[in-house]
Amino acid sequence: MKKFIERIIEGALLISSTVTTLTVLLITIFLFKEGLSLFNQSPLEGDNIITLSADNTVEHISSAQIKNIFDQKITHWDELGGKKDSIILFTFNDLSTYFSDDEIGANFEFLPHKIDSLVSNTPGIIAVFSKKYLEPSFKGKIVKVENVTLTQFLSGEEWFPTANPAVQLGVLPLILGTLWVSLIAIVIALPIGLATAIYLAEVANQKMRNIYKPIIELLAGIPSVVYGFFGLIVIVPMVQKTFNLPVGETALSGSILLAIMALPTIITVSEDAIRNTPRSMKEASLALGANRWQTIVRVTIPYSISGISAAAILGIGRAIGETMAVLMVTGNAAVMPHSLLQPVRTIPATIAAELGEAPKDGIHYKSLFALGCILFLITLVINLWVDYISRKRSNYSK
Amino acid sequence: MKKIFAILSLTLMMSCAGKEQKNDASKNAITVKGSDTVLPLTQKEAEEYMKKHADAAITVVGGGSGVGITALMDGTTDVAMSSRQLKMEEKVKFDEKKSNLKEVIIAKDALAVIVNPKNKIDKLTHEQLSDIYTGKTTNWKEVGGADLKIIVYARETSSGTYEFFKEHVMDKKNYATTVLNMPATGAIVQSVSQTEGAIGYVGLAYETKEIKPIAVSYDAGKTYVLPSVIAAQDGTYPVARPLYYYYSAEKEAIIKPFVDFILSEEGQKTVLEVGYVPLKK
Repeated sequence: MKKFIERIIEGALLISSTVTTLTVLLITIFLFKEGLSLFNQSPLEGDNIITLSADNTVEHISSAQIKNIFDQKITHWDELGGKKDSIILFTFNDLSTYFSDDEIGANFEFLPHKIDSLVSNTPGIIAVFSKKYLEPSFKGKIVKVENVTLTQFLSGEEWFPTANPAVQLGVLPLILGTLWVSLIAIVIALPIGLATAIYLAEVANQKMRNIYKPIIELLAGIPSVVYGFFGLIVIVPMVQKTFNLPVGETALSGSILLAIMALPTIITVSEDAIRNTPRSMKEASLALGANRWQTIVRVTIPYSISGISAAAILGIGRAIGETMAVLMVTGNAAVMPHSLLQPVRTIPATIAAELGEAPKDGIHYKSLFALGCILFLITLVINLWVDYISRKRSNYSK
Repeated sequence: MKKIFAILSLTLMMSCAGKEQKNDASKNAITVKGSDTVLPLTQKEAEEYMKKHADAAITVVGGGSGVGITALMDGTTDVAMSSRQLKMEEKVKFDEKKSNLKEVIIAKDALAVIVNPKNKIDKLTHEQLSDIYTGKTTNWKEVGGADLKIIVYARETSSGTYEFFKEHVMDKKNYATTVLNMPATGAIVQSVSQTEGAIGYVGLAYETKEIKPIAVSYDAGKTYVLPSVIAAQDGTYPVARPLYYYYSAEKEAIIKPFVDFILSEEGQKTVLEVGYVPLKK
């Protein structure tokens, strides 16, 4: 009977671990399936096409140029190597300014013909409309727009996922912003966290420890929205005043906030590692005449370096994936980060802020999943890398 | 063990009972889905309405204007609430389905352009605003203010106000990359109040002492209008938009009473309480 129960428990354990592993795998597969479907797709919304009048000499327009044309930054065709005509914009939403309802017909049956004559009679026009309304004998010129490619996605510097008619999907500023904020956060948090861990594990007496430890652990329990709000009201104005900046929502504010949030993880994990140093090793060091400080630096820290590295990874992991707090304090301007004292936009903040309104299976939606893939890969690489280093180090210290 | 079973069966029974009740009321059940801007208003109105009509069951779901309209197309909602009019493409899709769509304006929403109270600028034209948000104008002295960098705040792309501002103020041009996107209106108010060179936009209801609303001119500087409920109501304040309900005419019988309630004097009073602009009587 006892054996039977044991078997059942064993089975239950097996099932739960299998289910967990499968869930993780399925989530990863789902993420990449959605993310990768972004590529080799037209940056135009729906089944839209871009057409020019037939005697326009411009052959090729890039997605970035389309945006500049519709932003009216490019206003003449000669800027694109064409004639001197000024550019006239036509999109589907301007329909009512060009034609009356009667001209279009109740079910849009005359629309293809109307668009055709409009495009061929207006030399400077650039018209965006659905493929459905393309007259079979269309006399204008249909411009081919390059599909979204991986290189373009990774190296583009402009993030306008809702731009009309052609979206701009450049995620370089987002990737750099994420890495930049997290890196500085860990640079701030690691020394402080390590110092606290050493103090708690080696220096502090039991009484101090009993006071400090629960308080630090309490930090981990504060919801990140609360951190974000605190950051916006306290850290942001502080940074603004200290550096005399025009704006306080900067990468530095985000880094400071993330450093505070990563501290409990770093302190708890590295303190555990330090306390796990065998008493015999420390005593041997002290017996050889080393003082307490020398023992900490030469014996305890090298022995627990793998645990400390683990603390650092977990801290970076927390920082890179943190969403809400960063969303509130970094300003979220998608520009390339050049300094610590300017606004940045991170990947998690972008996903959280935009997924709500991105229509399902649209290009914006897919690009957010692709961003999720990038975030996943970044954390994976960091984990593997630090894992490798800590393994190497711990072998060496043995 | 017996106890657990008892509890389990009890909850099961209760959930079944709940289901039955729902089925009974399904004749009067309405689902409203869409714009997060209209969401708080609809919620409040539905609450009031259900207090009066015990048999009504109104479920309100957010998700964005586009989400609501798509759901109406798929038939998964009865009413789509939207902070913008149907796009041409969407109209075409409804036409293809041959569904007879009803459109009702239930209230208006106005956006106030705000600056820091220390800023001496108190009015801007449409063109100046557009240039500031597209990144053409970057210093306050270019629009007659102090020599101070302009810090531009906007909402996230998921907010209905993002598109509205882009269409009505920026003539559909894109925002500059340097614009700071804030996750909530409260965050914009907070940031503008503590940043001297800041400019931002918020719903009319959000005005507080820490920020200063500015007057806006849409006729090249001839008349400037400060945002207010009255100005938005009579149409003199330009940065205002209607809020819409869309529903199919087939379901008019169950939806109409609710819509009529919102349009009634009492319903419009709630509109003002929630912070939107009531329709002019």
